Amino acid sequence: MAVKDIAFLDGLSIQTSQMLLVLILAPLLTGLVRSAKARLLRKQGPSVLQPYRDLLRLVRKEAVVAESASWLFRVVPYLVFAATWVAAALIPTFATGLLFSWSADLIVIIALLGSARFFLALAGLDVGTSFGGIGSSREAMIATLAEPALIMIVFTLALVAGSTQLSTIAGIMLAPGVGLRVSLGMALAALVIVAIAENARIPVDNPATHLELTMVHEAMVLEYSGRHLALIELASSLKLLLYISLIACVFFPWGLAPAGSPLYVHLLGAAAYAGKLAFAGLLLAGFETAIAKMRVFRVPDFLGAALMLGFLGVLLLFMSKSL
Amino acid sequence: MLAGQLADGRWALAGMWGEAEAVNLALLDSDSGGVADRSELAIATLPCPQGQFPSIALHHAPAHRLERAINDLFGLEPVGAPDDRLWLDHGRWGVHYPLGACTKSTEALQPYVFLGAEGEGLHQIPVGPVHAGIIEPGHFRFTANGETVVRLEERLGYTHKGIDSLMAGAPIDRAAQLAARVSGDSTVAYSIAFARAIEAALGVEIPDRAHWLRALMAELERIANHLGDIGAVCNDAAFALMHAHTSVLRERVLRTSNDCFGHRLMMDKAIPGGVNVDLDARGMEKIRSLLAVIREEFPRLIDLYDETASLQDRTVGTGFLAPALARQYACGGYIGRASGRSFDARRDFAYPPYDSLRFEVPLFKEGDVNARMWVRIREVEQSLGLIDQILTGIPSGAISVAVQPAGRICEGVSLVEGFRGDILCWLRLDPDGTIARCHLRDPSWFQWPLIEAAIEGNIVADFPLCNKSFNCSYSGHDI
Repeated sequence: MAVKDIAFLDGLSIQTSQMLLVLILAPLLTGLVRSAKARLLRKQGPSVLQPYRDLLRLVRKEAVVAESASWLFRVVPYLVFAATWVAAALIPTFATGLLFSWSADLIVIIALLGSARFFLALAGLDVGTSFGGIGSSREAMIATLAEPALIMIVFTLALVAGSTQLSTIAGIMLAPGVGLRVSLGMALAALVIVAIAENARIPVDNPATHLELTMVHEAMVLEYSGRHLALIELASSLKLLLYISLIACVFFPWGLAPAGSPLYVHLLGAAAYAGKLAFAGLLLAGFETAIAKMRVFRVPDFLGAALMLGFLGVLLLFMSKSL
Repeated sequence: MLAGQLADGRWALAGMWGEAEAVNLALLDSDSGGVADRSELAIATLPCPQGQFPSIALHHAPAHRLERAINDLFGLEPVGAPDDRLWLDHGRWGVHYPLGACTKSTEALQPYVFLGAEGEGLHQIPVGPVHAGIIEPGHFRFTANGETVVRLEERLGYTHKGIDSLMAGAPIDRAAQLAARVSGDSTVAYSIAFARAIEAALGVEIPDRAHWLRALMAELERIANHLGDIGAVCNDAAFALMHAHTSVLRERVLRTSNDCFGHRLMMDKAIPGGVNVDLDARGMEKIRSLLAVIREEFPRLIDLYDETASLQDRTVGTGFLAPALARQYACGGYIGRASGRSFDARRDFAYPPYDSLRFEVPLFKEGDVNARMWVRIREVEQSLGLIDQILTGIPSGAISVAVQPAGRICEGVSLVEGFRGDILCWLRLDPDGTIARCHLRDPSWFQWPLIEAAIEGNIVADFPLCNKSFNCSYSGHDI
C-alpha cells in the first residue's frame, strides 16, 4: 500500500473512533456534572449513567406532536443533532490526525452551532405556545451577544496561530515558544463565559429548573417529547462536551496525539482527554453550586464582558505580537 | 358608613363572609399603631333577606374577591360591585350557590374573561393551573411587553373543597379535623384558631399547660415553614445549596415534632378544650437539642445568604410592595411586616401564653423579596427564643378539659397568628353543639391580590421568585 493510503486509513479510523467517542461520552459527562452537583448538595443523586437510561426511555416513548406544529417541528431535532454531532466530531479531542481536519475550522464550528440554534429557535416559535416564544426570544438575545464574542476569540487565536484550523492551532500551542500571553488568557476567560451561556448553565440559565417562566433553553424545547426530545437532549450533552473539548484542544492541548503517531500515544491521548473532561465537569458542578442565577437582563453585561475580553485580546495582538 | 370608614383607613377589613340571609364583616381597629400594642376586633352583621347587600368593594378594594366568593357560595348579590365575574365557582360544581338556593346549573361553561390591557406589542402568557413543579394549582395570566409585566391577573379556586358546607351540621370533633385540613402547612395554627373560637363560644377555660403546649407546636410549625421558605426562595434563584441546607434543618424540626407529638406536622393535636398529647421530659430534651442544632447551623446559612452577591442581586429591590397597599389590605404575616405594617396577632391580641412571653415583631420597610426573607430569618430567631421560654416556664397540670354543648345558640371568634399571617375563625354553634356555620379566613385572601401589584413593572422571569417570597396558600384561599 502506498504511504498516502495508510495515512488515509489512519485518518479514517481516528475520525470514526472520535465520532463514536464523543457520542458515547457526552451523556456520561452530563451525568457526571449532575451527580457531582447532587453530592455537593449532600444528596445522593442518580447514577452517572442515568442520562443513558433517560435517552433509552425517551426513544422508546411515543413522540407527541402539537396539532399546530408544522413539518419544521419534526425535522429540527434531526438537524440540530446532526449539526452538533458534526461540530463535535471536528474538534481534535485526543488526536489531531482527523480525516476531516482540513475542514475543522473554528468558523465552520461556529456556523454549525449557529444553524443548530437557529433551527431550534424556529421550532420554539413554530408551535405557537407562549413559552416557546419566550424561550426563543431569550435564546436569540443571548446568541446575538455570544456569537460576536466567539468571533473575537477566534480572531485572537488566529492572530496567535496564523490559522483558524484547529489542528494547526493545537500544534502551535503545543510547540514551545508560545508561552503565557495576556491575549490568550483573555480569550480563555471569554470562551469560558460564552461556553456557560451557550450551554444554558447557571448563572445564565438553570438546566434543572421546573419554573417555566425562568427557562431559556428548556422553554424552547418544552413541546418536544419521545425520540425528538432524546435527540435534543443528546445534542445538548454533545454541545457541552464540544465546548469543553474546544477549550481543552486550544488552551490545554497536552496529550493530543499528533498525526502518524503509534497506537499507544493515541490511547494516552484518549486517557488525557477523559481526565480533562472529568476535571472540567467537576469544576462546572462546583461553579454552578456556588452562585445564583442572574436576572435575565444581566446576561448582556455578562456576555458583554466576554465580548470586551475578546476585543481586548485582538487589540493587544495588533499592538504587539508577543502579548 | 362602615364602607366609608374602611376606605378612610379607620378600620381594616379582617374578613367578610356570608350566611343564608346575612353578610358578616370582621373589622380590625387599625388606629392603635404605635401607642398601645393592642388591637380590637369587631364583627358587624348585615341581614339581607332580599338577597342583596351594598358592595363594600366599591369603596374598599380588599373586599373584592370576598364579595365574589359570597356571591358564588350564597347567591347574595353585592349591589354596585365593580366586578361581577364568578370567583370560586368555575361552573363545574353542577349547582349554583351551593350554600344558598342551591339551584341546578344547566347552562354551558362560560369562558372566564380576563381583564384587558391595551398597547402596542403586548402579548399574553397563560401560566397554569397545572405547573411543571409539584405545587398547588392556580392560573396566572400575564400581559407582558417583551419581558416586562404590564398586568398580572390571578385565577384561583381550583382547590375548592367545600369546607364551609362540610362544616355545617358537623359535630365539634369532626369540624376540628376539617379545620386542621384547610391548609396543611398551617395545620397547627388552624387547629388553634378553631379551638379558640369554640372555647370563646362556649365560655370554656382551658388549662394553662394546654395554652403553652399549643404555642410550642405553633412555634415549631413556624420555624419549619420559614426554614422551608428561606430555602425555596433561594432555590427559585437557582441557588440550590441554600435549599439543601434548610431542607436538612426543616426535616430535623419535623422529625422532632414527630418524636414529641406523634405527627410530623402535628395535625389534630390541638383540639377544642386543650391538646391531646402531652410533652414529657424526654421530648423536652429532644426539642432542646434541636434548638442547639438550629442555633449552630442557622447563623451560617444567614451569612451564606447575606454574602452571596449573585443571590442578593436577585432579591434586593425585586417585587416591591408599597407600604400603603399593605396597610390598605391589612396584609398580615411576613408580607405586611416587610412593608412596614406592624401587626402580629400574638402581640396585638396577646392571647395566652404570649401575654407572658417576651418576643419582638421584626419590621422592615423595604417591601422587596429581600425584606420578606429577613422578616422570616428574624422570626425564626424570635421563635427559637419563644420555645426556650416555653420550655423553662411551662406550667404543669392537666392538658385538656371536656367541651360540653351550651344548650343554646352561641357564637365565637378568634384571631391566631399562623406562619403566613393572622387566621380568622368565626363560628356559630347550634344548641346541640353542632356547627351551624363556620368560616375560616386564610391570611392569603389579603395577600394574593398584592402579588398582582408587586409584580407590576418587574420582568416575567422574576415572577417565580416574587411568588415564592409571598408563598400564599392556594388551599386556604380556595377553601
